[in-house]
Amino acid sequence: MLITAMVAGLGVATGLAVLAIGENMLWFFTPSQLLADQPPPGNRIRLGGLVVEGSVRRRPGDLEVRFDLSDRAAAVTVAFRGLLPDLFREGQGIVALGRLDADGVLQAEEVLAKHDETYMPPEIAESIGEAKVAERAAAAERKP
Amino acid sequence: MIPELGHFALILALLTSLVLAAAPFTGATRRDPRWMAVAPSAAAGLFVLHLVALACLGWSFATNDFSVRYVATNSNVLLPLHYRLGAVWGGHEGSLLLWSFILSGWTLAVAARSRGLPREVSARVLSVLGFITAGFVCFMLFTSNPFARLVPAALAGRDLNPLLQDIGLIIHPPVLYMGYVGLAVPFAFAVAALAEGRVDTAWTRWTRPWTTVAWTFLTLGIAGGSWWAYYELGWGGWWFWDPVENASFVPWLVATALIHSLAVAEKRDTFKAWTVLLAISGFSLSLLGTFIVRSGVLVSVHAFASDPARGVFVLAFLGVVVGGALALYAWRAGRMAGGGRFAVFSRETMLLANNVLLTAAAATVLLGTLYPLLMDSLGLGQISVGRPYFDRVFVPLMVPLAILIAAGMFARWKRDRPQRVARLLGVVLVGAVLGGIAVALLARSAAAALGAGLAFWIVCSTLRAVAQRVRRPSDLVRLPHAFVGMSLAHLGFAATLAGVCFVSALEVERIVPLSPGDSAHVAGYEFHFQGVRDVAGPNYRARRAEIEVTRGGRPVSRLEPEKRTYASQSQPMTEAAIDPGLTRDLYAALGEPLGDGAWSVRLHYKPFVRWIWLGAVLMAVGGLLAAADRRYRRRVPTAGDDPLLTLLGERPPMPAPEPEHAARPLRT
Repeated sequence: MLITAMVAGLGVATGLAVLAIGENMLWFFTPSQLLADQPPPGNRIRLGGLVVEGSVRRRPGDLEVRFDLSDRAAAVTVAFRGLLPDLFREGQGIVALGRLDADGVLQAEEVLAKHDETYMPPEIAESIGEAKVAERAAAAERKP
Repeated sequence: MIPELGHFALILALLTSLVLAAAPFTGATRRDPRWMAVAPSAAAGLFVLHLVALACLGWSFATNDFSVRYVATNSNVLLPLHYRLGAVWGGHEGSLLLWSFILSGWTLAVAARSRGLPREVSARVLSVLGFITAGFVCFMLFTSNPFARLVPAALAGRDLNPLLQDIGLIIHPPVLYMGYVGLAVPFAFAVAALAEGRVDTAWTRWTRPWTTVAWTFLTLGIAGGSWWAYYELGWGGWWFWDPVENASFVPWLVATALIHSLAVAEKRDTFKAWTVLLAISGFSLSLLGTFIVRSGVLVSVHAFASDPARGVFVLAFLGVVVGGALALYAWRAGRMAGGGRFAVFSRETMLLANNVLLTAAAATVLLGTLYPLLMDSLGLGQISVGRPYFDRVFVPLMVPLAILIAAGMFARWKRDRPQRVARLLGVVLVGAVLGGIAVALLARSAAAALGAGLAFWIVCSTLRAVAQRVRRPSDLVRLPHAFVGMSLAHLGFAATLAGVCFVSALEVERIVPLSPGDSAHVAGYEFHFQGVRDVAGPNYRARRAEIEVTRGGRPVSRLEPEKRTYASQSQPMTEAAIDPGLTRDLYAALGEPLGDGAWSVRLHYKPFVRWIWLGAVLMAVGGLLAAADRRYRRRVPTAGDDPLLTLLGERPPMPAPEPEHAARPLRT
């Protein structure tokens, strides 16, 4: 009886949690997937890539910084207002979280870099190999 | 030579743990006291061998022996001695050694305090702990040997990750692991009980203090980690729902549920199968957390360089331990049915609801942590589940939990009348609502008001419960430790809850470009930026900003956030500056130079953020008090008093629990 009550309670909680995951999950894109898929502007996504050398630009006295993220096949511009992580550097692999605007620029809310010099986000390491790009682009089409 | 000695100690530890895993258990099954007598000395030997191994690794760090690969990767000649010693557990291999060392410490503690236990029970418990130790020592020896040599030796060492060069590294991992690994003890008790086929009130009475102590350390460890991340990472956050945080938080939720269900099992002799299942789940989730952190399946601040062989090993070990325990459970749990009956409105029901809510919370956090891994491994795409998910599923579970705390403290065992509890709680409700309204008017925030209301609700009801038991002031010191501990832990929960709600609802964050002489206004404070100058530390150079903080013209504090560059690495590191306070923290972090001496600076006003950790400290103090309750320490007139019993190796069973609540007549 007791165990049944517990299992029922857990079942309901898990069901609600799966619903909540569906509404709150963030899909990961590489720049080439993003250009190929064209997800509707306004959706929150994560974009991963290498910061293109020489692409970091900032207007004097302004906090907004713009840079290009690339997977060596395509590049997307990211705009960010805030403090960049310590490990943010040109050539470094990073992940930006935000929404695409009408101009195709990712307006980032958050920029993440791993706290390790030799780090490259596995997603990026993978996509630079290009092998899985096609497979995962197909998977991304299945998203809701 | 010293590293080889450490390596040799580890190999001996493996052999000892195998003996400990096999001999006493066999002895318990065959009722052979000679085999069982191996357990205490094996446990002591295991601890000493681990101590030797740890000391050898510490020695290698202290003497900068860069011919040891692990030392070369995690230390540097310039690193100060105390960080070199902390670096013993700063990486993967060493933290496993710490894990295993702490487990051997718990094993020794169980062996030392097992005199009141029937010999079979203590033999089985120690065997299970020995088996787990064997698994971890194997893991170290075969995939992650901290004593592996580096040929040719390095000249200076790669240095410890600068993020870890902090007092937090010396304290946080040992405390957290004490909790994490401590859950192995209730797990071992559960497996021993299943092997014995019997769970009675004596069993719960042995298991309870161990669980409470492990929970206490886990509480401190998690809170300490949150505090460390808050001041060290420089993001100003205190909880990120990071998979590694979740890996320790899920076992905490289950351990909290276990503490409450053990209370029912002890007092009312019911919930037994469920309690055993929770004890198994708690440690299984600890192991799962270890798998998540150590196997490199995740990307996070904590994940160390990964190696697929490690993941496979931990997963296989997880399968054996958890699968074995659950199979035993499925086989034997049926025998544990029965126990005290209870009405729908009773303390048992309240605690049942507590358990449902806590395990549901654990399940949702676990799901949010594993789901992305699962999706990715099935090739369904790469997703991440962030803060919005956790906030959405977690908060609705915590609100009823907070409400239930009060009702659970007042409802009687077996059966109670809702009207009686409602009458007792009427005043409390008025207090909570007034408190909530007051905060709503002051802070103009619904979330803060809700948090305050719930916190007042818990505080008032706890005080009411204390008042009920105290007629004269002198009664206060005579309250049972268990009751005082529970009250403190509940007050701590209220403090944490209030802190979380206040800081989430009312914090102010501003990112501003500041030139020397500029000021920024945040939540009534003025931050005056004086400029940035260069300073030198032992193994780093830093650019240090000076920010004078005033309020209404009166000086409040002086913040000096830094941007450090460590000699051994090219990456800069942000060191945030914090002015702590009981009702608010002021927090400043340096961003990047914007030219002409101007910098981007992030400023935070964080109201009541310290309450989150103070609450955890209160919970931990409560836990320790509860574990020190008189009834766990009472010595049974055991072996020593009866020479015949000593000779036969028999011990009389523990007496039945005090009928503390059950004996009170029901007023119906």
